[in-house]
Amino acid sequence: MDIAYQSMLMPLILSAAILIIMMQIAFWRHATTSWILSCASLVAAMLSMAPVAETLPLQVTPLLLADQFSLFFSMLILFATLVTALLAKDYLQHRSGENEEFYLLLLLSALGAIILVSSTHLASFLLGMELLGVALYALIAYPERGHLPLEAATKYLILSGAASAILLFGFALIYAALGSLSFAEIGTRLAQVTEADKQVLVMVGSVMVIAGIGFKLSLVPFHMWTPDVYQGAPSPVTGYLATVSKGAIFAALMRLYVDARLYEHNALLLGLSLLAIASMLIGNFLALKQENVKRLLAYSSIAHIGYLLIALIVFGALQQPDLAIEAASFYLTAYVVTSLAAFALLSILSSQANLEVDDLQSMSGLFWRQPVLALLLTIAMLSLAGIPLTVGFIGKFYLFTVGIKGALWVLLAALVVGSGISIYYYLRVVFMMTTKATADAGEHGSGESGNDFPVVHYSLVAKSMVWLLILMILYLGVLPESFMGYLRGISL
Amino acid sequence: MLLLNLIVIMLVGGALAWWSERFGHGVPRLVALFVVLADLLYLLIAAAGIPREKFSLIPGATDPSSWLVSLKLEWIPRFGINFELAMDGLSFILIVLTLVLGAISIISSWSEDNNRQGFFQANILWTLAGVIGVFVALDLFLFFLFWEVMLVPMYLLIAIWGHEGKAYASMKFFIFTQLSGLLMLVAILVLAKMHHDATGVWSFSYFDLLGTELSANMAYWLMLGFFIAFVVKLPGFPFHTWLPDAHTQAPTAGSVILAGILLKTGAYGLIRFTVPLFPVAALEFAPIAMLLGVAGVIYGAILAFAQSDFKRLVAYSSVSHMGFVLLGVFAWNSLALQGAVMQMVAHGFSTAALFMIAGALQQRLHTRDMNKMGGLWHHMPRMGAVALFFALASLGLPGLGNFVAEFLVLVGLFKVNVWMTAAAALGLITAAVYSLIMMQKAFYGEPNPDMKLHDFTTLDMAAMTVMIIALIWLGLYPQPVFDLVQPVLESLYVEVGTPAVAGGTE
Repeated sequence: MDIAYQSMLMPLILSAAILIIMMQIAFWRHATTSWILSCASLVAAMLSMAPVAETLPLQVTPLLLADQFSLFFSMLILFATLVTALLAKDYLQHRSGENEEFYLLLLLSALGAIILVSSTHLASFLLGMELLGVALYALIAYPERGHLPLEAATKYLILSGAASAILLFGFALIYAALGSLSFAEIGTRLAQVTEADKQVLVMVGSVMVIAGIGFKLSLVPFHMWTPDVYQGAPSPVTGYLATVSKGAIFAALMRLYVDARLYEHNALLLGLSLLAIASMLIGNFLALKQENVKRLLAYSSIAHIGYLLIALIVFGALQQPDLAIEAASFYLTAYVVTSLAAFALLSILSSQANLEVDDLQSMSGLFWRQPVLALLLTIAMLSLAGIPLTVGFIGKFYLFTVGIKGALWVLLAALVVGSGISIYYYLRVVFMMTTKATADAGEHGSGESGNDFPVVHYSLVAKSMVWLLILMILYLGVLPESFMGYLRGISL
Repeated sequence: MLLLNLIVIMLVGGALAWWSERFGHGVPRLVALFVVLADLLYLLIAAAGIPREKFSLIPGATDPSSWLVSLKLEWIPRFGINFELAMDGLSFILIVLTLVLGAISIISSWSEDNNRQGFFQANILWTLAGVIGVFVALDLFLFFLFWEVMLVPMYLLIAIWGHEGKAYASMKFFIFTQLSGLLMLVAILVLAKMHHDATGVWSFSYFDLLGTELSANMAYWLMLGFFIAFVVKLPGFPFHTWLPDAHTQAPTAGSVILAGILLKTGAYGLIRFTVPLFPVAALEFAPIAMLLGVAGVIYGAILAFAQSDFKRLVAYSSVSHMGFVLLGVFAWNSLALQGAVMQMVAHGFSTAALFMIAGALQQRLHTRDMNKMGGLWHHMPRMGAVALFFALASLGLPGLGNFVAEFLVLVGLFKVNVWMTAAAALGLITAAVYSLIMMQKAFYGEPNPDMKLHDFTTLDMAAMTVMIIALIWLGLYPQPVFDLVQPVLESLYVEVGTPAVAGGTE
């Protein structure tokens, strides 16, 4: 087989699996079969890259590049998709309707995400992002027919569609000015633009692109959709949206930023810095009073992407810019694993009945009802808060290190303040789990939502996911050295 | 491996105590007590094996082998982070204090009927493990790790087993320490970055970072980062506001650990890190630090006097006493420093005992309000006598450890600034006022004949006796402590001058 095909095996396997599952659904509706097929194809896609990993990097058509960077993020995407798929089975079990297409849509959007992280061209960038997004619209509204998911899906559809249109318009303007869509080429030509009218075109185009990407990453002030969509979507899908969708877009943004040497433009850096500071502060601030865990995580994710931007902004200021990529990749991994853990908990809790368990109140007493699940959520919260021994702390350590290396004091101050605020709402979740230990502790809403939450029995698959995520968060937090070493090899 | 074992024993012991809950409600505390005592015994036996002359050796600032015990394992070489532990005389004393008070806090949980004993004792042991880690970690990254991690079990202790206002108190405690800790993290990283810029090597080792070339301005900022983190924990005025809440709401064992040990990590940090890492900047800052110390002494005492809540009174008295530590550290001479160290130990015992009494009162009366007490001596003569002893210790009665400590600080401070000494000495008088008021309101007065209260048990009295003996010993024969600490203090304090305070003696 041609090496070019081999290096693209991951998207090819996923595409084939999508076709097969589609045929299977057409002839024989059976949710478990679709589930097994999709999980198997995800595993196969992960394994498929082992033989060619040595020969990378390899440019496949002007659109896609298979290198260590795209390989790593593809793996991360596949892992997150696999966890989502495995947890979704329990979640969907008690929900009405046909669930086969759920897995189909999941694979479709994973395919989009993989294309996104491999893209070196605005065309493939947009293609990947749309494939990812369109499948997500359906996923958000998928299993339930209540009005919250529908509202979320509609909101996401309309706003995300508008954002894509703006992004596309921005690409068009940039193309009009520069005459190229390839990342590297854009960088070269950008430096040579001298005519005033072209500069205006580039400027307007860039603002549109930033707005579009900022929407997808839910940076303040483009964040309005996030809490509603997070809350309305089914828990596994919210987890998927938070990890795969945001992670893939951020990874693609990193490549665009580095390949097109955007870090050389001070106006852009200023813009990104403002977005980052606003996201860190406002995201954390709005999370303070949330009574719904999903909304809380939505706002916290806004803040986390804000933190992540520090690694991008600092890139050009470093003597060894690879450190910034290493830091961003580590932080993104930490964020993905930790968010997966938090949403895994929510989907396990919601898998018992046809009801979303995502109220802060409904976490009360979890420590005593289900210690393992409470441990998972506690560790996830501590990791999001950046307490040592968790992967989140190492991630934050990286961000502080690059920020200090690049002397970005204002951003660091925002990071410190933001982290300080965030402790409050992360701890609130932990505190809520410790309350209602016995009948005597009646200080919090001693009313309807008392101790009558049932103990959730969850499958062996879900159990192993819970332990896997706990161990990953702790392992990467305690012994990060080997992973750090690996990340040093994926530089852009 | 001694130091690592000390920590691992506590961690594993905590898990064991939790697990042992299945054998009965009372089993975990037995296990926990056994673990702490075994740890203490292990430490003492190991310390007895160290050649005597090593104790009088000045631990070298660049050479870990001159310390009593040291250990260095590679951990995250990517950033030059090592698992580096070492113990000198100062750490040794503080670890012994930690373990003794740890055992006492576990004993205090005997009479307090907390549910979920297993997890309770586990959190106590894990907090102790974190504190021991703080006292021996010499890699700044590792130090920060212990510093933060010990908060989590302490937070759980307050949040789960605390009193009525536990949600607010535990949150405040965590946010104060965590936020100030982040400032320290930034300072640590900037320091490491400076070292990296200068040498091209990442390192977080205390020995490597000591003496890093810094501009005066940078050193001052970094010093502040460390200073704030430690002073919040100490707690020094004006960062003390978390302490009365946390102490009041914590369960008895939690208060004992918090006041007896956790506060000392702040003092330890000042002595071990702030001053040696940035001697010039710290000296420049010393007048302000001392002012904060004096303010803490007086302000804490006044607020203590104003309290009607028994536990809050003791908590504010801690603010006052810890002000002396701040004074002792920044007065910059060996007398005051020795006083500061002595204060750390003596205050650990006296406050721990007072919190135990407060907890026992709450257990029996279901209130901490002193206006509802009175005449308790009549019902509980043992507790009354013990309370009187520790109230006297707290007000600085000559012959007890606290007096030695505060007197030394004042003598040392006198050389630097007479006026501050005079102001701080007021703290001794006000201490007498609030301590005696406390005795008066709670234990003297007309007894309520309807009350039926049981006195301290033999076990309680055993714990109290240990602390009484310790305080008398420290008061009458403090020399062993000085001998242990003196070489350490000599190694830590570089002679860069004396603090220039406006209105000094000369």
